[in-house]
Amino acid sequence: MRIELVKRPQRSALFSALSPFIALALTLVAGAIMFSLLGKSPLDALYYYFIDPLREVWSLHELAVKAAPLILIAVGLSVCFLSNNWNIGAEGQFIMGAIAGSILPVMYPDFQSWIVLPLMMIMGMVGGAAYAAVPAFLKTRFNTNEILTSLMLVYVAQLFLDWMVRGPWRNPQGMNFPETRNFHDYAVLPEIWSASGRAHWGFIFALVAAVLVWFMLSKTLRGYEVKVLGQSPRAGRFAGFSSSKMVFFAFIVSGALAGLAGISEVSGAIGQLRPTISPGYGFTAIIVAFLGRLNPLGIVAAGLVLALSYLGGEAAQISIGVSDKVARAFQGLLLFFVLGADTLIHYRIRFVATVSRKAEVSHGNA
Amino acid sequence: MTADVSSSRPLVELKGISKRYGDLLANDQIDLVIDRSEIHALLGENGAGKSTLVKILYGVIEPSAGEILWEGKPVTISSPVEARALGIGMVFQHFSLFDELTVAENIAVALSSDWSLARVRARLGDISRAYGLALEPDRAVWTLSAGERQRIEIVRCLLQNPRLLILDEPTSVLTPQEAEHLFVTLDKLAADGCSILYISHKLEEVRRLCRQATILRGGRVVGTLDPRAKSAREIAALMVGTEVGEVRSGLPHQPRGEMLEVRDLSMPAGGLHGQPLHSINLSARAGEVIGIAGVAGNGQGEFFEAVSGEVQQADAGCVRIRGKDAGRMSITGRRLLGAAFVPEERLGHGAAPRMTLSENMLLSRHATDRKAFLGAAGVVRERAIAMASQRVIEAMDVRKSAPDPEAASLSGGNLQKFIVGRELDRRPAVMVINQPTWGVDAGAAARIRQALIELARSGSAVLVISQDLDELFEISDAIAVMHNGMLSRPIPIGEATLEKIGLLMGGAEPGHVEHAEEPA
Repeated sequence: MRIELVKRPQRSALFSALSPFIALALTLVAGAIMFSLLGKSPLDALYYYFIDPLREVWSLHELAVKAAPLILIAVGLSVCFLSNNWNIGAEGQFIMGAIAGSILPVMYPDFQSWIVLPLMMIMGMVGGAAYAAVPAFLKTRFNTNEILTSLMLVYVAQLFLDWMVRGPWRNPQGMNFPETRNFHDYAVLPEIWSASGRAHWGFIFALVAAVLVWFMLSKTLRGYEVKVLGQSPRAGRFAGFSSSKMVFFAFIVSGALAGLAGISEVSGAIGQLRPTISPGYGFTAIIVAFLGRLNPLGIVAAGLVLALSYLGGEAAQISIGVSDKVARAFQGLLLFFVLGADTLIHYRIRFVATVSRKAEVSHGNA
Repeated sequence: MTADVSSSRPLVELKGISKRYGDLLANDQIDLVIDRSEIHALLGENGAGKSTLVKILYGVIEPSAGEILWEGKPVTISSPVEARALGIGMVFQHFSLFDELTVAENIAVALSSDWSLARVRARLGDISRAYGLALEPDRAVWTLSAGERQRIEIVRCLLQNPRLLILDEPTSVLTPQEAEHLFVTLDKLAADGCSILYISHKLEEVRRLCRQATILRGGRVVGTLDPRAKSAREIAALMVGTEVGEVRSGLPHQPRGEMLEVRDLSMPAGGLHGQPLHSINLSARAGEVIGIAGVAGNGQGEFFEAVSGEVQQADAGCVRIRGKDAGRMSITGRRLLGAAFVPEERLGHGAAPRMTLSENMLLSRHATDRKAFLGAAGVVRERAIAMASQRVIEAMDVRKSAPDPEAASLSGGNLQKFIVGRELDRRPAVMVINQPTWGVDAGAAARIRQALIELARSGSAVLVISQDLDELFEISDAIAVMHNGMLSRPIPIGEATLEKIGLLMGGAEPGHVEHAEEPA
């Protein structure tokens, strides 16, 4: 017996809309099973994971802090994925954006002016975009697979950051800790509403980026070009759109947004560069992009859900003592169910009994 | 099972076969009877339900209702493996062969594992001789012509001793001479006791080959008849439901200035097995329709890409549109000079399948109709586009199920009418169209041909690349033939005969046509 995926003649509009919620529900069920296997009460665990972090204002701020980079990166990735460019290296572009954006406060700490912050943001975007242009160049020039190159460049970026903060950029007054000097006041991204919590302007950037990219994708010729080249490259070429220009466009937009996320995180939430500045935002954002159905507005909601899984992971670690790796497991389950539900909207499963040899033999005698 | 009992029954009988996809009834209560040794035609427009029906018979699709009797016994055929075990073989319109493997290897791959390569070779020789299917077992498939590839598919079926052979539009890739050769083979096969279900929309060949024909329209059987007893027009009327109007060419053409010139165009092969183009020369003047005939895969696709600008040339002068060098222009640049293009593939090339018709309007017209379709900062003016799309739909009588459906949901003929209409709506000075009515029903095909002639008579130059010779003879003012990436001189329609064109398609050199004709 074998299993086949058979294309459905029609997609169900109802289930297309429901699919993210079905995936969430299945993730919760699978999570509950996972917790009971770990010997914890599933109800308690799910409570600490998904309810507890939403009960207080300061922790809602934390949610926005975590959601900001996820949304920014995922909005950029939606342009890539819709145009059929598989940028898996947003984590590296995030880091390079953070490094490029930190040049001013780290190397020229005496240059203090209101202009520093906007410059940092722009440099962060340029850094991320330039780093994303590398796999784009390799793809268009040498036909390399961008999944591999963009992913491998993540490790290059991580090690480069590690070397920078241990070597050239180490804080002279930092007692040899591997970190840069703290950013001066002009280089810190302000909080939105500092009286109640830590959420910084990165979250505003994320919302603005989501709306702008949504408008671009759904209302302009450029968005049309993204979708045509992604869905049917041959038709795109017939339309006169250049697929190699699109590769650069998609990578540069997503690299710039990942870079902006990087410098916002460093300047808004951390205040200096350290060996590790991201708990895997660049990878989690891939889940966010798909959970949001590659629609920038859906991505805002999906980013908040995934941010919750980070917060819940911390909360559950403290309250019931499960490993923080459980958060990663949750994210993996969620991606699995999202992609599974999407696949089953387009296909149904058919079990096919393999015909025994007998039939052929009897035919041979006939 | 004794021979005399079973022989009194038909080989296969379909009773009340229905297949429903959502709201669409693709097959509605179809009855079909095929006797032993019978060549039975299944006729119908595209979208009439022919493919669905044979896929049910071949076990690819499950029917929603109805039963299949094989030699009088009810059977369920739930996969092609089971169909082959019963003795049903099928030759698809699109071949499934491995280009890199040899003929014998390709055949062995498709058979069960007890067929060794040596056994395949031995039987291949027998069958080739018996049915005149000449094949060299050790040739690599990519070196073969479409006709030879089709022979592999047929031999592959014959090696399994089929009782029923299904052929789906088999002559669409053949020259007239190759087609005649195929008919001889099929006659022999039938004489040896194999039944044949022959799917086609070409009436003449059905009349040549078959004594029984079942005609489908809109998923239903509208007639079972002897095609020789009826005129082609009567049968066509049954297929289409109304009388098919003949295409009229109107005024005799009076060519004026050169609109499209191709000068010494050469192009290396694109892919591994692509066809290079060798110094092609052609010109099309205002007011005329130039046809390009040729067997599939002789460089027509490459020629279309080169002329349209999907592939650009190094030499600016080798494609000239309305007197301007266009060789180094993109497809957009050439459109802005007044040219319009319709590629062979509808889905995925001429239209994006998952986009709506109005979104597809933008595909080829975002630059030429920039002012009407786009606002400031490239914002798409959906209203204007929807109106233009509606205009095309009305002008070409595109039938659809929703106000603005996805391109993929239209039948082949209706989508083609939309794509052709989208270009005609611009009133282009030069129209280049590849396979205008490939897989299109008779009604839509007549409409498209008429529109092309009218466009030419209104002062544009039309270049039609087609494998359908009847079509080219119907609408062209001159026909050139493409073979092996080379283009013959255009033959004025008054001097062109089926034999002449057929010989050129088979590779006779342009200069030797008259000579080659003499012995016959």
